[in-house]
Amino acid sequence: MIRSLILPAATALLLSACAQAPLRGSGDLGLVVERASGSVQIVETSHGQALARLDGLGDLSHASAVFSRDQRYAYVFGRDGGLTKIDLLKQRIDKRLIQGGNSIGGAISQDGTLIAVSNYVPGGVKVFDAATLELVADIPATLLADGNKRSRVVGLVDAPGQRFVFSLFDSGEIWSADFSQGNTPQITRYSNIGKQPYDALITADGRYYMAGLFGEDGMAQLDLWHPERGVKRVLGDYGRGEAKLPVYKMPHLEGWALANNQAFVPAVGRHQVLVMDARNWQQTAAIAVAGQPVFVTARPDGRQLWVNFAYPDNDRVQVIDSESHQVIADLKPGPAVLHMEFTGRGDQLWLSVRDADQVQVWDPYSLKRLTRLPAAAPSGIFFSSRAQQMGY
Amino acid sequence: MNTCNGVVSLAALLLCVPVFAAPDAQRQAQLKHLLAQDCGACHGLYLTGGLGPELTPKTLAGKPRDSLIATVRLGRPGSAMPAWQALLSSEDIGWLVDHLLQGAPIP
Repeated sequence: MIRSLILPAATALLLSACAQAPLRGSGDLGLVVERASGSVQIVETSHGQALARLDGLGDLSHASAVFSRDQRYAYVFGRDGGLTKIDLLKQRIDKRLIQGGNSIGGAISQDGTLIAVSNYVPGGVKVFDAATLELVADIPATLLADGNKRSRVVGLVDAPGQRFVFSLFDSGEIWSADFSQGNTPQITRYSNIGKQPYDALITADGRYYMAGLFGEDGMAQLDLWHPERGVKRVLGDYGRGEAKLPVYKMPHLEGWALANNQAFVPAVGRHQVLVMDARNWQQTAAIAVAGQPVFVTARPDGRQLWVNFAYPDNDRVQVIDSESHQVIADLKPGPAVLHMEFTGRGDQLWLSVRDADQVQVWDPYSLKRLTRLPAAAPSGIFFSSRAQQMGY
Repeated sequence: MNTCNGVVSLAALLLCVPVFAAPDAQRQAQLKHLLAQDCGACHGLYLTGGLGPELTPKTLAGKPRDSLIATVRLGRPGSAMPAWQALLSSEDIGWLVDHLLQGAPIP
């Protein structure tokens, strides 16, 4: 009797399992942006393979992605103002909208319910419900002197206490938008923070927000434990009086490196990686490298840093020892290395080689290439492990 | 010694020849790639703007060719636009500017 019940139940279970993809998690998934074709690939790091390609994401110049806290969804921010929510498990676009004219990146709130996007046109930040992508708040940036345009917004990050912090490129400001009291944010504005903040970072504990300045030397730093102390300048004296080299691609501060109580950031207009003591933010060294650094990315254990470069040195990657500050490897992965992403625990480094139409997987300990995956002019690589990291 | 000098000046002469010629097909392909990918990093893949301004024929209309060439060659102090003269020849820059003015096709 019992047996005759179990058998059909088991058969039904088996049948339903056949009809669907087998159950899997999403902690080892990621996205590779294929910039020129408006597509992304869903990749998987446990076996180093691509699972699917999704098309129709629009202009993906400078596209980036953040992940829902359950690591099921990715939110992709495109240059054309497109905001696309991707279901990594069903391998399809869940929702998509054009929220602005020209945008540069986004962030997800501490509690995972809000998605913020920073826009060049119209200059400002828009905040959306992470589930529905309905508009929750619109934060226009400072109106510029011409009376038409608003300042472009860069360096948008999430911060503890349900805040978003961002920088205004044209008006030289840092703003904090606090959503802890509901969907009408409380905005705090810091002005005269320095000329042309071009990108920003937040420390892993969410304490220090630091905007790199393009229009002058140094970085603007806001201590979020003590916002009442205002914005301070760090690295203000480096390279003073020296002529800058041309910068053919803006450095990025995302993925910046904190290792061994030192912070490593790309210099602007100098072929150097700058080192600061992360306790007092004084500069301690400048490491000579092969070109204008774009990303300075620490292996998660902090022992080594991987650095890529702006055109025309973008075929090289240098590896720096964070303790000795020596360049320990000079790699040539291929033409136009645009981005590097470590797996959460740092056993693999993935890098995109745009002009070779491939993504490469490296062992960052043996410094050996493990595999190559075909991808159409790949740019950004984003792993779902970012879901649990502040500032990502 | 004289022969050596002769060779050098002949080489210099040969090097001078392309100065008056447009970039060849291969170079044009490289320049198109540079425009879409590297200029596009700031100006957008479709040249609709970003950190750098929009570079569509509509927005460039009425701007003197010479001043556009000067901007590419020397950059724009006070902005993020670098000087490209160390990497691109005058012919490259002239061709790029004409390409932009005529409307660079969307990749």
